[in-house]
Amino acid sequence: MSPMARTAPVPAATDPAIIRNFCIIAHIDHGKSTLADRMLQFTGVVQSRDMKAQYLDRMDIERERGITIKSQAVRMPWELGGVNYALNMIDTPGHVDFTYEVSRSLAACEGAVLLVDAAQGIEAQTLANLYLAMENDLTIIPVLNKIDLPAAQPEKYAAELASLIGGDPEDVLLVSGKTGVGVEALLDKIVRDLPAPVGDPDAPARAMIFDSVYDTYRGVVTYVRVVDGMLHPRERIQMMSTKASHELLEIGVSSPEPTPSKGLGVGEVGYLITGVKDVRQSKVGDTVTNLAKPASESLSGYADPKPMVFSGLYPLDGTDYPVLRDALDKLKLNDAALIYEPETSAALGFGFRVGFLGLLHLEIVRERLEREFNLDLISTAPNVVYEVTLEDKNVITVTNPSEFPSGKINEVREPMVAATILAPNEFVGAIMELCQGRRGVMRGMDYLSEDRVELRYWMPLAEIVFDFFDLLKSKTRGYASLDWKADGEQVADLVKVDILLQGEQVDAFSAITHKDKAYAYGVMMTGKLRELIPRQQFEVPIQAAIGSRIIARESIRAIRKDVLAKCYGGDISRKRKLLEKQKEGKKRMKMVGRVEVPQEAFIAALTTDESKDKAKK
Amino acid sequence: MPSVLPLGDPAPSDGLLPQQAADGAAARAFGLYVHIPFCAVRCGYCDFNTYTATELGGGASQDAYASTAISEVDFAARVLDRSGLPARKLSTVFFGGGTPTLLPAEDLARILRAAIDTWGIEPGAEVTTEANPDSVTPESLQLLADAGFTRVSFGMQSAVPHVLKVLDRTHTPSRVPLVVQWARDAGLAVSLDLIYGTPGESLEDWRFSLETALSYQPDHISAYALIIEDGTKLAAQIRRGEVPEIDDDDHADKYELADRMISDAGLHWYEVSNWSATPEQACRHNLAYWRGDDWWGIGPGAHSHVGGVRWWNVKHPTAYAGRLGSGVSPAAGRETLGPETRGVEKVMLEARLFSGLETAALSPAGRKAVAGLIADGLVVPEDAFRGRLVLTLKGRLLADAVVRRILPD
Ligand SMILES: Nc1nc2c(ncn2[C@@H]2O[C@H](COP(=O)(O)OP(=O)(O)OP(=O)(O)O)[C@@H](O)[C@H]2O)c(=O)[nH]1
Ligand SMILES: C[S@@+](CC[C@H](N)C(=O)[O-])C[C@H]1O[C@@H](n2cnc3c(N)ncnc32)[C@H](O)[C@@H]1O
Ligand code: SF4
Ligand SMILES: [Mg+2]
Repeated sequence: MSPMARTAPVPAATDPAIIRNFCIIAHIDHGKSTLADRMLQFTGVVQSRDMKAQYLDRMDIERERGITIKSQAVRMPWELGGVNYALNMIDTPGHVDFTYEVSRSLAACEGAVLLVDAAQGIEAQTLANLYLAMENDLTIIPVLNKIDLPAAQPEKYAAELASLIGGDPEDVLLVSGKTGVGVEALLDKIVRDLPAPVGDPDAPARAMIFDSVYDTYRGVVTYVRVVDGMLHPRERIQMMSTKASHELLEIGVSSPEPTPSKGLGVGEVGYLITGVKDVRQSKVGDTVTNLAKPASESLSGYADPKPMVFSGLYPLDGTDYPVLRDALDKLKLNDAALIYEPETSAALGFGFRVGFLGLLHLEIVRERLEREFNLDLISTAPNVVYEVTLEDKNVITVTNPSEFPSGKINEVREPMVAATILAPNEFVGAIMELCQGRRGVMRGMDYLSEDRVELRYWMPLAEIVFDFFDLLKSKTRGYASLDWKADGEQVADLVKVDILLQGEQVDAFSAITHKDKAYAYGVMMTGKLRELIPRQQFEVPIQAAIGSRIIARESIRAIRKDVLAKCYGGDISRKRKLLEKQKEGKKRMKMVGRVEVPQEAFIAALTTDESKDKAKK
Repeated sequence: MPSVLPLGDPAPSDGLLPQQAADGAAARAFGLYVHIPFCAVRCGYCDFNTYTATELGGGASQDAYASTAISEVDFAARVLDRSGLPARKLSTVFFGGGTPTLLPAEDLARILRAAIDTWGIEPGAEVTTEANPDSVTPESLQLLADAGFTRVSFGMQSAVPHVLKVLDRTHTPSRVPLVVQWARDAGLAVSLDLIYGTPGESLEDWRFSLETALSYQPDHISAYALIIEDGTKLAAQIRRGEVPEIDDDDHADKYELADRMISDAGLHWYEVSNWSATPEQACRHNLAYWRGDDWWGIGPGAHSHVGGVRWWNVKHPTAYAGRLGSGVSPAAGRETLGPETRGVEKVMLEARLFSGLETAALSPAGRKAVAGLIADGLVVPEDAFRGRLVLTLKGRLLADAVVRRILPD
């Protein structure tokens, strides 16, 4: 066991040989952030009295939901064998929506701590993240966490882990992020087993941007990993992709509070501040170099994450539209994955079509908009993106069901995913049934151990991204885990189902579904609207239609009585006030043709059980 | 539990009215409403400002009530005079409740005499009292007629015992034809009040009540859909599930039946819930409410209206008597309506009448909306072409919705 380092290596003057860069990767909730807490504490960068659980989960939304959304890098000192080392640790998110955060973090490291909950074993995102780490040629340190739990099965899962990455079960470290057991041994092992970064200190500076965050007080804060050369404060730097140059106002390391330094050298991880106000000027994946002595070749970056799910966001109060626009612009500064463009809905007015990485991302963005910008929003039912080829061979990309062409269509292609499901073997039958019902094609099945199975499916994204995970959990009593990634597209028999109120199409309720599911959607939506829309002075037919073919219908009977029976002298003031109140209420109605639809009905109809989905996956 | 008074501005203690009350008053009729806030028992659906003897803790206030009411008559005359209103004879008088006939007929006669002595009364004026069937005798009715009453309105409500029971009514159905005959013998015009849509009332029950009421050949019928008023015993019973909920569609069916049967019997509607045998037998006092005329309301919780000024008295009989005893206005609050609000009230009230509403009184947007109302079968096209908005049967059932459609946003 090592005592904590007393004299920490100084940034900009640290020999790469004593630097270790690693990230902690795991399935969601396996305890990455809690382990990070113990590391912060044992290395002395956070005093015990300042400690709080999941210290690095700083956003309100992260703390409330108990999940990590943004990666966080921290520099920590650690002494082993009389040498003071500098460790850069990156805590990563576990949720599949934020996989792109993990892949960025990996690019800044030489090693990864692969953490597995000793009571749960290997799960789908364990495999996905392990795969990413191996793709990046990282050295893997397998660790079982939560060994304090009575339900922990260290022998079983150590064997599973060892057979997965090759090696001896004895080499799997046992730790508890909660009690701290084994954490110091883990820090020692990191120093011993992980390679030191290599780079050319005399070459022109090259640093990889792996994160870029907008901060109200400091502007854009750019997180980099230096590969070659050295960056200094006050010098001019250049972004290699755009050739834009900026003055380096501040450079430093997070420890875990931002600590300015005299620079950053080979292998070091830290932050830069240039005074730019837009993260797009400091793009993740870009290479930073020195303007005066620029590098000739940039480091290989990574692709921007592609939005998978689209939804319309509309302010409840139409006059809030400019507020929403500004709010999206601000969030975008911090969230390169967020894309949006203005759209109008006949039913909902002015709003935006917004692209998200998944439902959790959608939910988080929506919640931040509502909370941080004080907006009340309606979001339309989320959908994936379709490519529609018309008979004239023109191709249309449809991100909003109401844009689905009604004319002659040659074919419709939908995005597909490669899904990996891990579960105890007793559930294989139930899982196969579920996946087949979701138009999945089995790609393979492997036994990870005697009783744990990995199933691989090729499935339409639209079938997996909404309620699939909940169903999977309920069919496997919570034992299954799921991971997926985009994997091509397929031609499918897809149709647009429109909803009509009194013959008028309500764009906000249109949906693209597989032909076999159109009827179910039509019945569900018309039934729901019949319950939600109050009776009018005339009968209101509600229909679901594919093109001109009606597939489901309901009707709201006309209201027949709306009159106060008696109105004496003493009732007049009371009645007038009631009338004024009713007129006020009418203003909050949205008109669809002649039908008055209360805002609440729109919200309730659009709040699918899927979008109320628990954040935790 | 009596209903809640509106929120308004405070009323001045001298009761004096602002200038607008007097403007154009000479051209407006002037009526008197006298509220009698006593009942033998409180019916479960009723939220009128009325009290039983037990609630008041003894009969003392009932004995003194006529004198107290007369003191408000004196007060009213002084206020109107000092507020610059011209002297006007009474064109209608209406005693309502509560149960006016719970007081000795002599007390009602005394109040009426005081009012006539104060203001005078127009020839042929209408003088009505409400009455419960079990609170009148041939003698009391004769006494009222002799004192100048011309009309009596009986709270019959229903002819079906189980319906009367849910309504907490104390009279037996067989009493109604008797009291109608006594009133006729005394020379009084007769109106019957009916309530439909009571929980548990079938369409057949309602048809029977209508047939029965019509068989007494009343000069006038009021038929009200039962309103479940907040805070009443009936509202609580429904909330607790002891009594079934009321249903608007059932109300609509019963209204349509009522209109058909009452019309077939030769009466004609003149307001959404009121029918009379001839136009002259319409209740002119109630019409005055709907046409925005002036009236003074005597009694606790009574509402008054003079030239766009509305006010209402304190509700409790003791507080009311206390105010008058010390020469202070019994008004609890009032509102002075501007031209726009008066316009809204005019539309809201006159739309309910068979005489209808002048479409010229509507805003341009309101006039435009009339086309849609014709298309929806809610107003009579021929009347609309002649510049009057008159509701069809369907329109009467949706009168509040019609009003919302013709009023500017
Ligand atoms: N008993 C026990 N519980 C632990 C341990 N480590 C973490 N937990 C609990 O596991 C839950 C998840 O811990 P986190 O540290 O937030 O997990 P995470 O992997 O960072 O989660 P994401 O960032 O959302 O992927 C929390 O309730 C922790 O208290 C441990 O060693 N023992
Ligand atoms: C002022 S009330 C009282 C008259 C008299 N005390 C009686 O009950 O016969 C006049 C009429 O209003 C009607 N009424 C009272 N409360 C009602 C309610 N909640 N819903 C419908 N009509 C009501 C009844 O028809 C009643 O006869
Ligand atoms: S008798 Fe008339 S006023 Fe009295 S409680 Fe019954 S309905 Fe109301
Ligand atoms: Mg975490």
